[in-house]
Amino acid sequence: MLAGQSVTLERVSMAFGDFVAVRNADLHIEAGEFFSFLGPSGCGKTTILRLISGFNEPTGGVIRIGGADMAGIGPNRRPTALIFQNLALFPLMKVWENVAFGLEARGVARAERRRRAGELLELVALEGQGEKLVSALSGGQRQRVAIARALAVEPAVLLLDEPLSALDLKLRQKMRAELRTIQQKTGVTFVYITHDQGEALTMSDRIAVMSHGRIEQVGTADAIYRAPASAFVATFVGESNVLAGRVIGTSGDEAILETAHGSLAGRNPHGLDAGARAQLVVRPERCRLLDGDAPGNRLAGTVERLDFEGAFVSLVVRLDDGAEVTAQLANDGSLPRLKPGTPVAIGFAAEAALLLPVAGDG
Amino acid sequence: MSAKRLVDLFVYVYLALFFAYLFLPLVFMVAAAFNDSRFPTMLPWQGFTLDWFWGFDSRGRAIGLFQDGRMGMAIWNSVLIGLGVILVSIPVGLAGALFLQTIRTRAKSFLYGVMVSPILTPGVILGISTLVFWRYVFDVGGGLMLAVIAQSTFIAAYCMLLFLARLERFDRTQEEAALDLGASHGLMLRRVMLPFLRPALLSGAVLAFLQSFENYNTTLFVIGIEDTLTLNIATRVRLGLTPAVNAIGVIMIALTILGAVVYEILRRREARATPVEPVAAG
Amino acid sequence: MAELFRRLGAVAGALVLGTVILWVLFLVVLPQLFMVDMSLRPHLPVPEQGGPADVRSLANYATLFANDAHRGIFLRTIFSAALVTVLALVVCYPVAYYLAQVARGPTAALLVLGLVVPFWVNEILRTFSWFLILSRNGLLNQVLMGLGLTEAPLNMGGVGAVMVGMVYAYILFMVFPLYNAIESLDRNQIEAARDLGASWPRIHARVVVPHAKPGIAVGCIMTFMLAAGTVAVPQLLEALPGGTNARWFTQVIYSLFFDGGDWNSGAAYAFALLVSCVIFIFVMMRVFRVGIADVAK
Ligand SMILES: Nc1ncnc2c1ncn2[C@@H]1O[C@H](COP(=O)(O)OP(=O)(O)OP(=O)(O)O)[C@@H](O)[C@H]1O
Ligand SMILES: [Mg+2]
Repeated sequence: MLAGQSVTLERVSMAFGDFVAVRNADLHIEAGEFFSFLGPSGCGKTTILRLISGFNEPTGGVIRIGGADMAGIGPNRRPTALIFQNLALFPLMKVWENVAFGLEARGVARAERRRRAGELLELVALEGQGEKLVSALSGGQRQRVAIARALAVEPAVLLLDEPLSALDLKLRQKMRAELRTIQQKTGVTFVYITHDQGEALTMSDRIAVMSHGRIEQVGTADAIYRAPASAFVATFVGESNVLAGRVIGTSGDEAILETAHGSLAGRNPHGLDAGARAQLVVRPERCRLLDGDAPGNRLAGTVERLDFEGAFVSLVVRLDDGAEVTAQLANDGSLPRLKPGTPVAIGFAAEAALLLPVAGDG
Repeated sequence: MSAKRLVDLFVYVYLALFFAYLFLPLVFMVAAAFNDSRFPTMLPWQGFTLDWFWGFDSRGRAIGLFQDGRMGMAIWNSVLIGLGVILVSIPVGLAGALFLQTIRTRAKSFLYGVMVSPILTPGVILGISTLVFWRYVFDVGGGLMLAVIAQSTFIAAYCMLLFLARLERFDRTQEEAALDLGASHGLMLRRVMLPFLRPALLSGAVLAFLQSFENYNTTLFVIGIEDTLTLNIATRVRLGLTPAVNAIGVIMIALTILGAVVYEILRRREARATPVEPVAAG
Repeated sequence: MAELFRRLGAVAGALVLGTVILWVLFLVVLPQLFMVDMSLRPHLPVPEQGGPADVRSLANYATLFANDAHRGIFLRTIFSAALVTVLALVVCYPVAYYLAQVARGPTAALLVLGLVVPFWVNEILRTFSWFLILSRNGLLNQVLMGLGLTEAPLNMGGVGAVMVGMVYAYILFMVFPLYNAIESLDRNQIEAARDLGASWPRIHARVVVPHAKPGIAVGCIMTFMLAAGTVAVPQLLEALPGGTNARWFTQVIYSLFFDGGDWNSGAAYAFALLVSCVIFIFVMMRVFRVGIADVAK
């Protein structure tokens, strides 16, 4: 009875007056996929969800659900259910009435509503809580009531707007697993919004990274982490060191970048030519401490500080012109004593670094 | 230190005088209702009596409040008008509150001003303008119905302000959630919005009734030849005063205090009955 | 308007819109317009209404200003209402300040309740209680005679009596707005000012009063409007011995309507009263720099 449907955005834009909240979004979400939108606060995530669920009509472009154009179809007639950022549970109704509200709207008889609500509460591990008022539940339980309420209408697409953001860390991790389980059990398409990269990376089949109303990259967690499409994605998803410069030579799928800190080599998947301005990004965990005059990429500076993070140590190195780079080093007892001010050099393999075109430069 | 004591003393004396000023006249009035004196006065005290509620004078004439048929009629009219005002003011105030809270036009503050203006208009003017308008346009003369209409002009505005305050605390994503779950607008209103407004609707009804019941200035102009309790009291004071008027006062004060207590309880409960706090800010 | 239908749907949206239109038109705007229109027409016997003599003019207003008695009563009413307002403000300010900023805990709650209860007691009864005090056999005369200050009971009716009654009837409309406004003032501000060495008059002038402006404006507007527009108080207190020479403007209007049957002049007089109140409201909003949304809350 529950089955997912695909969601397609074709050049969708949304403007509030002069302000463009979503710009030319192109996207295809498969039926039954767990798809996340990831981006900083205010980048337009909620706006996209509201467009899909029909609370706002896009100012440009087409939205399709299961292939059908949704233009002019109101939220109460779309096969979607939205879980609001603040949940929007009905405080004056009992838990089971909340869950059964969508069925009430469809004219289902009371006894049947009760029965269905019972089943759904069981699905979200809330059996026996139906007679309580919402205000008597904990944060995680409310969360699950909201999910059950949304699932009750048998949506093809479930839209979730940062549903876990108010929960504490432990509960959040537990709920992530539960959401994933529910999604797999039901086969409903989940469109999930978050600004927490950990959440997006662990749960989703695919992720769209957004910035300033624009979709920067769509891909699996692994692909986005390994091959970020822009410096923004590189720094927003995981951490990255970013160094700017100009390409001075290419060889095969690698290229050499001339930076303020010397020449650095990295992968060149975008095929940048000599003379192009570019950014080199490299993950801290791919950087190591150099001793002696090892060849290859090398960044020299002084120790700024050392942050202990348990199994790892973050070494922040200040380069000559004041820029900082971070190297994440295994805390395995092999580290020399590094006091602030000590001269050090950091290196990384060319295949660990990625050259990205600078926006506006082609 | 002694200067501070002096100031404190002064403050306490001032407060004592102020509250004495507020309460003593009412106390005297209540006391006089039980004084066995032909005149409504507390002094000289001539002994306790309940004659002014139910009793006979030396020549056997009924003098008690409850033996007076006109009084019963007047009370009945007041109740009818009060119920009528509730019937008009609650829906009108609700519509006004929903209207003002929803619209986004630039004329909003102007419309707000127009809708609350009856509160700032002297009651006699509301009575007069209602009388003139309905007399000439619909040929409706003074009477119970016109009293309901005239009082509703400003009582509806009071109710509107009450509802507006409650609506401001309503989390509007609940409306969207209901629609998203497939509810029609009607179901959303019935199951989500009106239940939220219910406490305010209740206290609005009590407020409307109390306001209507005690109204004099507006009613005077639109009541025609009918009588209401407040009008009846005023007439008695002016023509042939007996302590029976005090007896009315005692009962009315008792009832109003009861009503006021109910109203305050409702209002406090309404203030406390806030919905579950949103889990996260949008 | 589109928002209205989007939010409430077609049926409820139309109901709300329709109700608001009916209310604003039939209960608020049109009655006032008709009153003004009536005030501009001459008082004619029924057959002549709508005839050639029925032309609009300011004649009824001219009468008000030409008639010495009426003009005098009008000016006295406005002046007395203003005086009542000032009196109420002066009397209430210390009480409101004490309740809002000084009193604590259950005492404060009890005192506020002490204000709420008489607030709900009918205006007529409140006036009546003063009638009893001021009447010939009333408390005040009894006390005066008991103390030997006067031989025979005094006639206490008159303008003064009406003003005493009005202060008593409407003082609570001053206390509550003041109290609410002063209560929202953060006590730390007062303490900070005192720390800086400000004297009490200065703290009030520079901290409390500026903060309480909207409340002062509301209190003054309500008190003035009620005092200028009351017919209950003068009608009751007129029955006091010596009270007949203290006619109030509202009483003039009333007798034009119901004794003289001259609705046209009555409407003109009523409109003049309304205009004075509106002017007072605007002056208050100007002086205290508050908007209509602050005033009607
Ligand atoms: N109704 C509206 N009118 C005007 N601007 C709006 C409206 N709704 C959203 N915006 C703007 O659009 C931008 C994107 O808002 P949106 O709510 O989609 O952000 P978000 O990515 O969900 O952020 P958050 O993570 O904080 O929830 C914001 O700058 C916001 O101010
Ligand atoms: Mg959001």
